[in-house]
Formats: sequence, structure tokens, C-alpha cells
Amino acid sequence: MLTAEDKKLIQQVWGKMGGAEEEIGADTLWRMFHAYPPTKTYFPHFDLSQGSDQIRGHGKKVVAALGTAIKNLDNLSQALSELSNLHAYNLRVDPPCFALQFLAQCLQVVLAVRLGKEYTPEVHSAVDKFMSAVAAVLAEKYR
Amino acid sequence: MVHWSAEEKQLIAGVWAKVSVEECGAEALARLLIVYPWTQRFFDNFGNLSSPTAIVGNPKVRAHGKKVLTSFGEAIKNLDNIKGTFSKLSELHCEKLHVDPENFRLLGDILIIVLATHFTKDFTPACQATWQKLVGLVAHALAHKYH
Repeated sequence: MLTAEDKKLIQQVWGKMGGAEEEIGADTLWRMFHAYPPTKTYFPHFDLSQGSDQIRGHGKKVVAALGTAIKNLDNLSQALSELSNLHAYNLRVDPPCFALQFLAQCLQVVLAVRLGKEYTPEVHSAVDKFMSAVAAVLAEKYR
Repeated sequence: MVHWSAEEKQLIAGVWAKVSVEECGAEALARLLIVYPWTQRFFDNFGNLSSPTAIVGNPKVRAHGKKVLTSFGEAIKNLDNIKGTFSKLSELHCEKLHVDPENFRLLGDILIIVLATHFTKDFTPACQATWQKLVGLVAHALAHKYH
């Protein structure tokens, strides 16, 4: 469960990323496709070459959604309700508690690369918990 | 038989040469105990694990972290036979330590994040991909002898 301290740390970390959302999103997705090739199966319609417009565009979308979630940490379920429907009924990314772990891992690596030592154990823990919470909400409607 | 390209071997060796096994090992284990507190169940005799600060400063955590990462180094010395290298350790983790192999995956991912904080921009996507492959193989090898 996200404590008050966790929420504070998450918002702080996100604040430090200001302006770089598109780059963070693109970097995260590129790392995910590279380290976990099976994740590419969800994007057969994409140009998956490095730096592609589609990766940048999609990365920006993903990060924007996470940003929304971070502004609504007290009510993730409602904030992500649309996305939850989308993932459950349209995208059917399988299974969310599994595949989203790869996205979460790569996002954490991107944050760690940008923050270095500032990506402390406490921040790491808070972000990990946050991504787990997001994955859980996105999985709510699967069955 | 796992195949390692020349580039992958270089990415592994290049990073490993700059890693302080003591520092990174301690940090990785500490983060495991902090981020996934239920893993503390394996370390009842480690003393004070009551807060992130306590865990990071705990000498037993540091010592054990160093031990774990030193052992991980054996995989790097034996990239073509990771399963064989960890055969005995796998049996140990199953029969004596009773560790759920899921924990090996968790520690592997944490090690990657620790490396990312140390190497920052140098921890490129290609580097991460190679290391994710490596930690995955180590986790698999450690789980291999479970029965």
C-alpha cells in the first residue's frame, strides 16, 4: 500500500523529470523491446526501429498516463478506469501482472539512469510499489 | 547452449570490470530487503532490519551482499556453463535455504537498477538487455535443481 511518504517521493521524482516525458517514454519502450523481445508482439503495426516516431509517440502517451496516475494517487482506480477497460477488452496484454512488470522494470532503469545516486532505496521502493498498483488497476477488469 | 555474441560478452565484461562487488552487492541485497520486505524472512538472524537506514547500514547485510555478488561473478567467468556453475548452489537454495526461486528474479532486477544508478548514461539499452539476459540465466540456473 502506498504510504504518505511513498506518495511524496513519487511526486518528487516525477517533478524532477519535468519536460523530458517524451524522451523518458521513448527510452523506456525502446529498452523494453530490446530486453524483452516478446513485448514487441503487441506492436506489429509499429515501426520499431530506434527513435521511430511511433515509439516516441506511444512512449509519450504512456508517460502522460502515468503522470495522470501520479496526480491521482489517492484514487488510482478511477483515474485509470478508461485505461483499465482498454487493456482488458481491447489490448488484452497478457497477463498484466506479468507483462507490465517489464515496462515497470525499464521505467525504473530509465529513472535510475537519470537520477543516479538520487534513485535511493526509498525512492526505488516507492516507484516499485506505484507501478505494482498501476498494474493491479489495469488488471482489474480482465476477468 | 546459450549463445553470447562478442558484443554481449564485451558489455558484460566492460561493466563488471568497473563494479565494486562489495558496494554493489551490499546495495543490491539491501534494496531487495527494502523494496520487497517479505524477503527479510530469510534473514531472521541478521539483527536490525527495521528501516531502510538500518538495513543499508547493517554489517551482515553488507557482508552477505558481497558474498552473493561474488558468487554471481562466477557466472561471468563461466558464461557458457552457467547451469553447471550454480548446480550445487541451486541444491543448497532448495534443500537447505528453502528460498522461492521467484526471489532470484527479484534480486536480478534489483541488481540491474543498482547498475543503472552507478553507470547512468553508460548503462545503455544494449547494456541493459544483455544484463537482463544474464540475470535471467542466473536465476534460471539457481532454480534448476529444485525438486
